[in-house]
Amino acid sequence: MKKSRWKKVLTMLVFLFFSLTGLKAADGTVIDTGATAWMLTSTALVLLMIPGLAMFYGGLVRSKNVLGTIMHSYVAMGIISVLWVIIGYSMCFGGNILGGWFGWNPDYFFLKGIDTNVMEAGIPEYVFSMFQGKFAIITPALIAGAFAERVSFKAYCFFIALWSILVYNPLCHWVWASDGFLFNMGSKGAIDFAGGTVVHISAGVSGLVAALYLGARRGYPYQVIRPNNLVITMLGAGLLWVGWFGFNAGSSISSGLSTAQALTATQVAAAAGALSWIIIESRHQGKATALGFASGILAGLVAVTPAAGVVQPWGAMVLGIIASMLCYMAIMLKNKLGYDDSLDAFGIHGIGGITGALLLVFFIRPSWMSDAATSAGGSWTILNQLGIQALAVTIAIVYAGLVTFALLFMLDRFIKIKSSEDDEMAGLDRSYHGERGYGMLNPS
Amino acid sequence: MKLITAIIREVQLDRVREALIEADIKRITVSRVSGHGQQRIEEMYRGQIIIPDLIPKIKIEIAVNEAFVDITVDTILKSARTNGNGSVGDGKIFITPLEECIRIRTGERGGTAI
Repeated sequence: MKKSRWKKVLTMLVFLFFSLTGLKAADGTVIDTGATAWMLTSTALVLLMIPGLAMFYGGLVRSKNVLGTIMHSYVAMGIISVLWVIIGYSMCFGGNILGGWFGWNPDYFFLKGIDTNVMEAGIPEYVFSMFQGKFAIITPALIAGAFAERVSFKAYCFFIALWSILVYNPLCHWVWASDGFLFNMGSKGAIDFAGGTVVHISAGVSGLVAALYLGARRGYPYQVIRPNNLVITMLGAGLLWVGWFGFNAGSSISSGLSTAQALTATQVAAAAGALSWIIIESRHQGKATALGFASGILAGLVAVTPAAGVVQPWGAMVLGIIASMLCYMAIMLKNKLGYDDSLDAFGIHGIGGITGALLLVFFIRPSWMSDAATSAGGSWTILNQLGIQALAVTIAIVYAGLVTFALLFMLDRFIKIKSSEDDEMAGLDRSYHGERGYGMLNPS
Repeated sequence: MKLITAIIREVQLDRVREALIEADIKRITVSRVSGHGQQRIEEMYRGQIIIPDLIPKIKIEIAVNEAFVDITVDTILKSARTNGNGSVGDGKIFITPLEECIRIRTGERGGTAI
């Protein structure tokens, strides 16, 4: 009896010893399997958001554009993934070059020098790189909603490739790299937990610029332009919500307390946003629409994205509610102004992102503020942080807006970005892909 | 009264509709149909070119009083033609006599119900 127990303990010790030594990286850092497992899961969850976005956007356009719109998201998975491995990761997370405009590290070129790297957080660097790469994919794909149904496929491909290099990578470097200037601004840096400025504000503002530059779709707003399939739009919104747990909770780059905090804030904000959207809508227009619920989910999720790491559940709830109110008003205003941000990339991602990035300061958990005060060497107030947030938001808006405009202007000299009238009338599916999304459906 | 049935290309639907509205003909029924004609079109699926035997088309049905027959037909002819002088596959127009037309709401019959 006694003997067998000893045997058990011994086997366990041997097993433990081998499992620890087996997981040691070349430089001696031990892999934290828990954190790595969660980061792998998060990477997959964020990737799931891209088909989710394809479905969300795909359902909202007319049936002749459904494949073309889905392809806007899918082709980003191809183009940006390749670019990310070649130069994207290096530009985002390498050391400052060109006065900190973006980063560079020769080891990250083609990711060739990180084969055996394990980061301080205990996860292989490949995992971190792939996780971050998914953010780089979804950001340009979000822009596509602003100029849906009227963009040449070829021009779109060149646009997102250049946009990713010139807008996303520098912004990502400033906000998230350890030597980025926004990361180090103020006491504990500009707060952008999972991409309020980097992802949503930059995509929203760029979308607005692109929508204005390209002009409206043919017949907008007098011709009725109805969604072809709200069912896939709802499924897409659901996948986005699920994927957002990877997006936000994964952004803790760990598997612990801060992960749980971010996950909870995410769930609460999405739910509060969705509910408040349908309440506002039914007060204002008499019906609680499915698309309204989906829009509210997104507004809440976008607003909590920069805040998920620092706010408590009640704060996330308030952010979700305010974001829905402001996004709803922004879309009403858009309809009045008459510009054609077709699927409301700016109305949801731009406005929601700005709302979250600024208002999060009022809900920061006390422990964060006291840490900030300590590192500032005395006091650090909500208003101090608000100033930093406002500066980061302004920089993101101005930089993304200006570079996007310059990029569109230059690219338009080489490839006509807007579809010809014939191509637009025939639909993106037929004009650029030679396919059709549905079999026998009534035309819309 | 006549029933004008036009079979047109899918891609011309917007143009034809806009032209009809311009000509003040606003009561139309549109459906998606497919059929055989002289035309063969090529579609691409996973790199393989296939020639479907049933080509998707749009059917427009318009019930009109005699006075509107010519303007309706002319409008469709002008707006449904492609490549300037027209090309194979632009479609056809059928005109059939219409025995009766009844508005369901009021029970009105004949020309005023159209």
